[in-house]
Amino acid sequence: MTYNLNILLPEIFLSISIFVILMLGVFFKKSYNLVTNLSLLALVILIVIILNTESTSVKIFTDSFIRDGYAKFIKILIIISTIFILLSSQVFIKDNNIAKFEYPIIILLSILGMFFMVSSNDLILFYLGLELQSLSLYVLASIDRDNTRSTESGVKYFVLSALSSGLLLYGCSLLYGFTGSTNFDIINNSLNIGSVGSIFAMVFILVGLAFKVSAVPFHMWTPDVYEGSPTSVTNFFSAVPKVAGLAVLIRFMQTPFENILVEWQTIIIFISIASMILGAVAAIGQNNIKRLMAYSSIGHIGYALAGVATGTDSGYMSSIVYITIYIVMSIGIFACIFLMKKNGKYTEKIHDLSGISKKHPLIAISFLIILFSLAGIPPLGGFFAKFYVFMTVIENGMYFLAIVGLLTTVISAFYYLRIIKIIYFDEFAGSFDRIRNFSISGTIFLSCILLVTFFLYPSTLNNVVSLVFTS
Amino acid sequence: MDFPILSLIIFLPLLGATFIFLFRYQKDTNKSAIYVSIFTSLANLLLAFFLWFLFDNNYTGFQFIEEKNWISGLIKFKLGIDGISILFILLTAFITPICIFSCINSVKERVKEFLIAILVLETFMIGVFCSLDLVIFYLFFEAGLIPMFLIIGIWGGERRVYSAFKFFLYTLLGSVLMLVAIISIYWITGTTDITSINEIKIPSEFQYILWLAFFSSFAVKMPMWPVHTWLPDAHVEAPTAGSVILAAILLKMGGYGFLRFSIPLFPVATEYFTPMIYFLSLIAIIYTSLVALMQEDMKKLIAYSSVAHMGYVTLGIFTLTKQGIDGGMFQMLSHGLISAALFLCVGVLYDRSHSRLIKTYGGVVNSIPKYSLVFIIFALAALGLPGTTGFLGEFLVLIGIFQKDYLIGLVATIGVVLCAAYMLWLTKRVIFGQIKNQEVKILKDVNFSEGTMLFILATIVIIFGFYPEPLLNTMNVTINGLIDNYENDLIYHLSANK
Repeated sequence: MTYNLNILLPEIFLSISIFVILMLGVFFKKSYNLVTNLSLLALVILIVIILNTESTSVKIFTDSFIRDGYAKFIKILIIISTIFILLSSQVFIKDNNIAKFEYPIIILLSILGMFFMVSSNDLILFYLGLELQSLSLYVLASIDRDNTRSTESGVKYFVLSALSSGLLLYGCSLLYGFTGSTNFDIINNSLNIGSVGSIFAMVFILVGLAFKVSAVPFHMWTPDVYEGSPTSVTNFFSAVPKVAGLAVLIRFMQTPFENILVEWQTIIIFISIASMILGAVAAIGQNNIKRLMAYSSIGHIGYALAGVATGTDSGYMSSIVYITIYIVMSIGIFACIFLMKKNGKYTEKIHDLSGISKKHPLIAISFLIILFSLAGIPPLGGFFAKFYVFMTVIENGMYFLAIVGLLTTVISAFYYLRIIKIIYFDEFAGSFDRIRNFSISGTIFLSCILLVTFFLYPSTLNNVVSLVFTS
Repeated sequence: MDFPILSLIIFLPLLGATFIFLFRYQKDTNKSAIYVSIFTSLANLLLAFFLWFLFDNNYTGFQFIEEKNWISGLIKFKLGIDGISILFILLTAFITPICIFSCINSVKERVKEFLIAILVLETFMIGVFCSLDLVIFYLFFEAGLIPMFLIIGIWGGERRVYSAFKFFLYTLLGSVLMLVAIISIYWITGTTDITSINEIKIPSEFQYILWLAFFSSFAVKMPMWPVHTWLPDAHVEAPTAGSVILAAILLKMGGYGFLRFSIPLFPVATEYFTPMIYFLSLIAIIYTSLVALMQEDMKKLIAYSSVAHMGYVTLGIFTLTKQGIDGGMFQMLSHGLISAALFLCVGVLYDRSHSRLIKTYGGVVNSIPKYSLVFIIFALAALGLPGTTGFLGEFLVLIGIFQKDYLIGLVATIGVVLCAAYMLWLTKRVIFGQIKNQEVKILKDVNFSEGTMLFILATIVIIFGFYPEPLLNTMNVTINGLIDNYENDLIYHLSANK
């Protein structure tokens, strides 16, 4: 049974479809539309395949690959968000001449990397998955190759990320040196408290992972890469890799480093507090909405890490709930940003939103709902995300973390309110071009509806996540 | 009672708002939006009266309880009312239609959005007064910030952005600490249902810090000195209807919070912190009255007078005597009516001559006598003339406080004199005297809708001033129960500590 390939079916299917789609893309001229539609189809089929697999925990290939409910949930989350990101960014991609057939394929490749990441039970598989993901992301960041900002962001991301990958790999090798194995379970059994070497290894690995989820103090790339990359890519960056990174972080805390949890916790509490504070303070002065969203995403990762910092299952669950709700908000707000087109050009300046509530009441109200939700004001979804996280944080007696976290929500409320102020209170300064696209409006609508009606059934998502964790 | 009347009364305005939201922009959208909102709010008022009619005055504990699983295993969506909350629901349901009527004259642009904001706000406000669960309470309490922020920011005056931000951030800062406290209570007692918490009883060593966390939120909302500074700004810049709702209902959430949560849940801490409350309330009464004397802007003057009046409310509530709490409650209700009416009066002048400064006016009585009459009625009611609700509130509070401490009573009484000073001086400068300004000469008197609103408010203020029995009867049993519970809990905690 240890070589049952059925367990690997989603990954196999994804790899085969990537190659098939790639071939089709090469042999057909102007094949962007075809490739995109096929990719979407592949993703939908992938959901069906994953849903049909069992949720029991199984390890294969000498215990290096694990399939469990947790990985399944994360994978489905990744696929669904990718589908919506691809759908809502179509118009933007075509308008900006980045409609190359490689685009969706690279996204699929990065997803394949993430799949291996979240399913890895071995340092080598984990590292391979991580690198496959990262390499695809470097290319994605510079996909608009004639644009200096895009290429610059790609290079910047590559250099910094390579450094962090190096540190992570160094950590992995240290860990192998101290424990004699790359398997998570064996590492878990042979690590003990007080081993200085293992703590070194843990810190290096944490640095690499913190870089991937852009937590302070390894966040420096985020604003530049978010701003420089095409918005459609930023949309992807701000949602999908974060889920994968956070999921792996939780996996690491659960299995290989379970015994040195206290050391992990100290560092993660620091990272979490630093991210929350920086995310709140640094975003205040921003005038570019993508840059602002970069800082906002740093802050949100801080909240998600607050749940991880508790080191308990309920804490991990609250983090997963948090990141799920965050993704809904992130995809929604980027879909709104895709509508910011003025005189034939896409704009990123917040001031171009001035007074649009008079001319575009629906865009304005969507911004309003999502921004208040990002700020964590009840009764919107974002509030419940924070509520669950702080529920577990306070359960574990970490009052300092909770109070700092909630105070930073007040600070960060300021810059979300500032955008709302510009949209609603300021004088009207030119309307946007009308973009009639069902997938964009549908994405925004779905996101807003989910956030507004979340309070009706606030525990559904929790139940799903806890089901996943206990399986 | 199986019919979920509380849910209906909470969500009916929201339904109306959704209905208005779905209107397409046409020529007479505004008109139909106004009709729909008037209809919804009046229907809600009728429901509230019906609720009052069904309400059993002699029943201790909560009535019309609705329970529904909400966050599974953690929190229940629990609604219910007692003698305190029913009166606030009535007040809310009564003030909202008045706001909607007032906006016919004062709001000229984006009427549809304005009505949506008001109706959504009504939902949240009634939700606050109905919820029997701390998390649900917090949910509604905070959610009210969103529509109020928009009302001040979109339809406000010149410095509206500054005021809206100040209002939002002040209140949010106060509230997040309350959220920490609420979650802590959950982990201490295992529930956030306030009836169960009352039975379980929070250990006294936790009470002090939890009380302070709740206090931080309610004190900002109330507002108490020294965190009152957002109120004058918000009042001055908000449109008339916004000021009315702010003064009449949002400020009462602080007092309601003290009565519903601080006193029953943390009796030991309440006793411990009572001197502090007295101190802050006295400063509020004396200091803000003096500040009010010096104001040149009518709205600002009334805003500062609100802070002073709220000082009486906290003073009365924390005497923890029957008369004191009765007085505090009565003062809140009467202030809700009177300050709402005063803001409407200022709004009437502002709509006509676009100035809120006192020096613009003078001799108004010569050109608009009907208006002047109601203005004087409300000014006198605000300073506590016997025969109006204002008198009864202050009188009962003073009875309560004199039982506790003579000195405090004495200082509080000085506040009554100061209140009379600034209200009478305001009346003198605005209503009487020579006509200094040509604009005052050509002022038009109140029109039908304004006249009706002010007339109804004046009638209610006078009727309940002479015959307060219905209101006092409604809250009588609840307040007795509150005081009994408080004393029993204190004894329980004292014996537990020994």
